[in-house]
Amino acid sequence: MTTQDLYQQVIIEHHKKPRNFRKIEKPSHQAEGFNPLCGDHLWVYINVNEAGTIDDISFEGDGCAISKASASMMTQNLKGKTVAEANAIFHDFHKMVLGQLNPETDANVLGRLAIFSGIWKYPARVKCAALAWHTMNGALSNEATISTE
Amino acid sequence: MNQHTLNSEPTKMDLDAIRRDFPILSRQVRDGKNLIYLDNAATTLKPRQVLDVVYDHYAYGASNIHRGVHFLSEEATKLYEGARETVRRFINARETAEVIFTSGTTSAINLVAKSWGRKNISAGDEIVITHMEHHANIVPWQMLREETGCILKVAPINDRGELDLAAFESLITPRTKMIAVVYTSNSLGTINPVREIIRLAKVHGAAVLLDAAQTVAHTKVDVQSLDCDFLVFSGHKLFATSGVGVLYGKRALLEAMPPLMGGGDMIKSVTFERTTYAGLPARLEAGTPAIGGAIGLGAAIDYIQKIGFEAIANQEKDLLAYATGLLSELPGIRIIGTAADKTAIISFVVDGIHPHDMGTLLDAEGVAVRAGHHCTQPVMARFKIPATTRASFSFYNTRADADALVHAVKKAIEVFA
Repeated sequence: MTTQDLYQQVIIEHHKKPRNFRKIEKPSHQAEGFNPLCGDHLWVYINVNEAGTIDDISFEGDGCAISKASASMMTQNLKGKTVAEANAIFHDFHKMVLGQLNPETDANVLGRLAIFSGIWKYPARVKCAALAWHTMNGALSNEATISTE
Repeated sequence: MNQHTLNSEPTKMDLDAIRRDFPILSRQVRDGKNLIYLDNAATTLKPRQVLDVVYDHYAYGASNIHRGVHFLSEEATKLYEGARETVRRFINARETAEVIFTSGTTSAINLVAKSWGRKNISAGDEIVITHMEHHANIVPWQMLREETGCILKVAPINDRGELDLAAFESLITPRTKMIAVVYTSNSLGTINPVREIIRLAKVHGAAVLLDAAQTVAHTKVDVQSLDCDFLVFSGHKLFATSGVGVLYGKRALLEAMPPLMGGGDMIKSVTFERTTYAGLPARLEAGTPAIGGAIGLGAAIDYIQKIGFEAIANQEKDLLAYATGLLSELPGIRIIGTAADKTAIISFVVDGIHPHDMGTLLDAEGVAVRAGHHCTQPVMARFKIPATTRASFSFYNTRADADALVHAVKKAIEVFA
């Protein structure tokens, strides 16, 4: 994977036009995530209904293209999923960005999120891709603040 | 700024020969790209002339100093103390006793803050710093404030990243005991008017510490002519290895400083009842120091003195003007730090591209820069940006390096177009 692959049009496009980039008033779950090393800072808001399904999920904040695109694609992916499914996807995503899961050969539930598979070759940028996911996971676990350092 | 239209580089030094002194410059990175090293403000590269003496010390001369009567120990001591004399001459200190080897700039500032500071600073006393300090010249003084209840004042900077000298002067009062100022800003490139700062400090009887980490590799520093009280710098930003640095202090100040660390090499005699300390500089250098590092620092100073600061300044001035001119023409770019008196550091942001993305995309072209807050978060807050991309030049850089930088920035802008 080259750097050009890392900055595929999909990622640039999500960075420029992030999906679900808004605040949810009175969400059932929310958390603030930041990476003190590079200053990436975002908020994830989630509404989980009584059946345990994610009705709505959104984010706000500022960061690099990788972190913003990752957050945008995460919200797109998780809307309509159950909390259990979200946990499973988080698990696979986390393994993938650390280079412990290859979406081309290993069974996974990542779908289009596999676009971030090569990021483990850029250790300085792994946290950018993972920040939104850790924040989402923190929100569902009722942790208010997530720091990826 | 149109100086980049000049058609030749300064010819005062043999750049090809100089570049051959740095083995790393022949390296390739990321998919076979030639290394374009523009991260000199983070650390400078190391010439063979430094690496060889460090290697020789550990390969053939490894031994502790100031101990043992054997041949190797005497030889190592002579080299280590010889390096101290080289540093003394380099900064024109009165005597070698005023040159304390530390592990770097950070440990040197901490030594002053914790030793000189605890002894001389009490509740209500004031310490003045500037808005452009590196965290290493902020946090130690905040720690001293926690301990003593002293007051930390911050002198503002203007939109060009220059110190507001009038505001700075108005902060100084009879209670100001220490003025700790960065000589050259690592994130903005600003060279501060240190002579004027020292003059103002003297009027009010305050001590002055100069953080010269980004200065000593680029211009001649003369501590007697400056009349600063303390001056600190790191070896690794001066073409030597990491782990060695220097605290210069006036003898009277250093002599009155209680040692921060006790241990070997800093004592005259030890009994369980009572220990008497050694004289300067040993009393502030407890334990085995970075012997090879100090010897290498001496060699690094010899190396750059052979090239000469005039040639170094000419080359770096040309590179700064040339790269600034080319970068300024790019769409959406904003250079952070446009001081009239500036070292060859260019911090910039480009609309819609986060500096970390820029850093990764430049890296893909083999261009090594720093992306981040550069340990100067208050500077980032002052300019309302999360981070910058920073290209920092040294005398071994070429206009071709600047061209490669500009080319890579253009490509990054295309990726994000």
